[in-house]
Amino acid sequence: MSDFETVAATENQAARRGPSGEPGAPNQVGAAQKPRSLAGDAWRDLRRKPIFWISLTLVVLVAAMAAFPGLFTANDPRDCVLARQHAGPSGGAIFGYDFQGCDTYSRAVYGARASLLVGALSALFTGLIALLVGMTAGYFGRWVDAVLSRVIDIVLGIPLLLAAIVLLKRVNSDSSTVRIAAVIFVLAVLGWTTAARVVRSSVITAKEQDYVAAARMLGAGDSRIMLRHILPNALAPAIVVLTIALGSFIAAEATLSFLGIGLKAPTISWGIDIDAGRVHMRESATPLVVPSAFLALTVLAFIMLGDAIRDAFDPKLR
Amino acid sequence: MTAPASSTKVRGETILSVDNLVKHFPISQGVVFQKQVGAVRAVDGVSFELRRGETLGVVGESGCGKSTLARLLMRLETPTSGRATLEGKDLFSASGSELRRLRRNMQMVMQDPYTSLNPRMTVGDIIGEPFEIHPDAAPKGSRDRRVQELLDVVGLNPEHINRYPHQFSGGQRQRIGIARALALRPEIIVCDEPVSALDVSIQAQVINLLEQLQDEFGLSYIFIAHDLSVVRHIADRVAVMYLGKIVEIGTEDEIYERATHPYTQALLSAVPVPDPEVRNDRTIIRLTGDVPSPADPPSGCRFRTRCWKAQDICATQEPHAVPRAADPHPSACHYAEVRPSLP
Amino acid sequence: MSHSVVQPTPASPTPEGGHLLDVRDLHVEFRTGEGVAKVINGVSYHLDAGETLAVLGESGSGKSVTAQAIMGILDTPPAVIRSGQILYQGRDLLKQSEEQRRQVRGKEIAMIFQDALSALNPTFPVGWQIGETLRQREGMSKSDARRRSVELMDLVKIPAAAKRLGDYPHQFSGGMRQRVMIAMALAMNPKVLIADEPTTALDVTVQAQIMDLLADLRRDLNMAMILITHDLGVVAGVADRIAVMYAGRIVEHADVRSLYRAPAHPYTKGLLESIPRMDVRGQQLSTIKGLPPNLMRIPSGCPFHPRCPYVQQVCVDVVPHDLVLGDGRTSACHFAQEVRDDSAR
Repeated sequence: MSDFETVAATENQAARRGPSGEPGAPNQVGAAQKPRSLAGDAWRDLRRKPIFWISLTLVVLVAAMAAFPGLFTANDPRDCVLARQHAGPSGGAIFGYDFQGCDTYSRAVYGARASLLVGALSALFTGLIALLVGMTAGYFGRWVDAVLSRVIDIVLGIPLLLAAIVLLKRVNSDSSTVRIAAVIFVLAVLGWTTAARVVRSSVITAKEQDYVAAARMLGAGDSRIMLRHILPNALAPAIVVLTIALGSFIAAEATLSFLGIGLKAPTISWGIDIDAGRVHMRESATPLVVPSAFLALTVLAFIMLGDAIRDAFDPKLR
Repeated sequence: MTAPASSTKVRGETILSVDNLVKHFPISQGVVFQKQVGAVRAVDGVSFELRRGETLGVVGESGCGKSTLARLLMRLETPTSGRATLEGKDLFSASGSELRRLRRNMQMVMQDPYTSLNPRMTVGDIIGEPFEIHPDAAPKGSRDRRVQELLDVVGLNPEHINRYPHQFSGGQRQRIGIARALALRPEIIVCDEPVSALDVSIQAQVINLLEQLQDEFGLSYIFIAHDLSVVRHIADRVAVMYLGKIVEIGTEDEIYERATHPYTQALLSAVPVPDPEVRNDRTIIRLTGDVPSPADPPSGCRFRTRCWKAQDICATQEPHAVPRAADPHPSACHYAEVRPSLP
Repeated sequence: MSHSVVQPTPASPTPEGGHLLDVRDLHVEFRTGEGVAKVINGVSYHLDAGETLAVLGESGSGKSVTAQAIMGILDTPPAVIRSGQILYQGRDLLKQSEEQRRQVRGKEIAMIFQDALSALNPTFPVGWQIGETLRQREGMSKSDARRRSVELMDLVKIPAAAKRLGDYPHQFSGGMRQRVMIAMALAMNPKVLIADEPTTALDVTVQAQIMDLLADLRRDLNMAMILITHDLGVVAGVADRIAVMYAGRIVEHADVRSLYRAPAHPYTKGLLESIPRMDVRGQQLSTIKGLPPNLMRIPSGCPFHPRCPYVQQVCVDVVPHDLVLGDGRTSACHFAQEVRDDSAR
């Protein structure tokens, strides 16, 4: 019976606009009356995803470690006594001590700051360069694209380690801030190419869409078209590339530190500790495993978070 | 929605006039240093006039240049040469704020309802965007109400303002596209294959809507389609295009009942008629071969390579679309004549 | 036309009284993350040697899925054939092994698709692609397969066939590519050709050429053909019988002339009245209101009832069965007689 009533209601609705009424969308969603934004919808969607909450918790935890390491451990990571070399857990040192007799857990907690700073800032700057270059090349095309694409090819052709050695050798300062800034600079300058290519190709795809033509026909200018129509559709793949890059930047920092040209003691970072732990792996694996696990979990958390955010901003998946 | 100011203007006066419009797409080689090796003559000397309140149908097969013509008129492409005047103002020389003003008078409904709406914007944002670009078209406070009025005008539920395009069917999306085109109250709407991506039972709904809006707002349509039945239904006058040129132009009656160009005749005869009894009485003119490449069109008359009437003169002398002895509407054929047995 | 190329099918070896192809009460579902879509809900139709059956429907009506089930090319999962029979020469294809079905595919029943460009492999010459089946399935030598490919291309009227053997698909126009596909489908002398929207992507003048070709081939080779289309105009020219599909059911089934003269199902009637006709002037387009149903929530009773002008309470409550009308037609409508009488007026 209720179906029959629906028919009658439908007919009334259709009658308002003559026989052409085509009421009712196939995918019925609850009729929401309040204006909604894309970000608002994304948030409503994210709230229901466990993976989002897990990865967000991890990211917040690591960020808190980086900001307030004292909250997580009472031990001083620089309080190293050779007598405790590879000693088992005791006191606050829940993972025991490393080769130098330092608290492994405390060092991992304090290492978060440098590693996260390098990873996050490198990814941020990489993203900014990639968006700028990729958008410009993809949107304006023609000779602009030809020139920028060749620049991408050239930068991509530079071996990362070789260039990093050449550039970082010139940094003589031992100041922790200067060295971190130098590493971030090198990684960003050399690491933006892949993301730029991804942005460029998604901009080219988005640019050819009919809805961009529609906006242009309404009189929209380049900036509105780029910001309102192209950027949101080109951002999603860029976010994924960048979350993955963030992990690899943290790993690259470790490599550079191992080569003695990245961060240097007394700075504490996962990279430095992983490298130190690797050397003495046979005597005790814990000083290698603990910072590696911190690194792996952090990288994983960022990748999962990036994935969840990308899906949430894609209305077609909702 | 109140009727636009245009209703006071004279119906039937010329609103858009296009004169010898040409668009050649260069074919080039090389990446950084490009060299032009040829040109695709997509639109090659098209002239017509559009009158206020009428529907001009533009028909032709794929590659005839009808969609390029639409993109030129919408200023999505820059013409190689030619002129167009919209209400006395030069369409192609306008730029900046003048162009933006002109755009308010002319809008387009596109073919593919799936790609013509930004998937990341709500319906409200899509239909409201014209007001953001032209803030003087609607005061800020009234925009949501205007968007809801427009949804109602095109037969959609105004409460669906916050939905995304993918939550609608193809026919409903096409209505959203029509609402967006109507937002600035244009005089002219260019419809580029507006129903060809839709299911048969939905096509009629959209065609009826377009006709109803035309009456309500005094719109002029340029209706581009490959489906001659749809065009006959909606158009007052029809232009037939072949390889970048208009080969015949006339009233609906002149084209469908008294066509004098062989291409028009062949095109009309090939349209499948949904009636088995009529069908057996009709003779289909079977064209041989395919449409030649617009990068290398035949000399003289472009249709001569597929034409059963072609003589030597057709290869050397290009026929112009001028009134012919057989019937006074313009036809670009040296041997224009009415074929009596048309359905 | 050279008749040596493809032999006309001899009198059908079908068992006494049976049909060449007989689809009986087929049910197909698609199981997706969002739910179960009932795509085919009890479709039955049959095909006899040498005749053309048109299956008419809009997107989502299930017309192509039925054909894919006959060909055995449904993706399972997500598709699941719930029940039904597909009898070819009396044997149920659904009970056969994959190997046996491969023997039927191409050799007995062949299919052509709407989009010839994506159905052809862009990296091989067309001659090689036509010959591939012959080499693999018939064990023909390279030179024999080549010769046969030229014959087949001649058969589908591709000009200068021998010269074009080495050309790649992108070097052909849309109409010519469709001819290449038809040539490939004919390579093994099938007795049934299923053409799924064969002309939808083509221009009208080319459309007419392809439909003529298909009609000629069917007559000359005595093939049976299932023509799947949404275009009422295309059907009118070539089909003997029409099955109209809606929401995974056949709602009306009739010979072409009676169906066009007086449709007996409100959906068919609505479709015919909603298409603009080039030969009729000043016609008022009537419309079918509303939308085709979501296949995950097919309306109760008659699936067409929310859109139907004839709707009564019985339509909401009771699924209509095929009503056999006097002249051998069927219509799945409670008011079939009434609708037909209205239409005939």
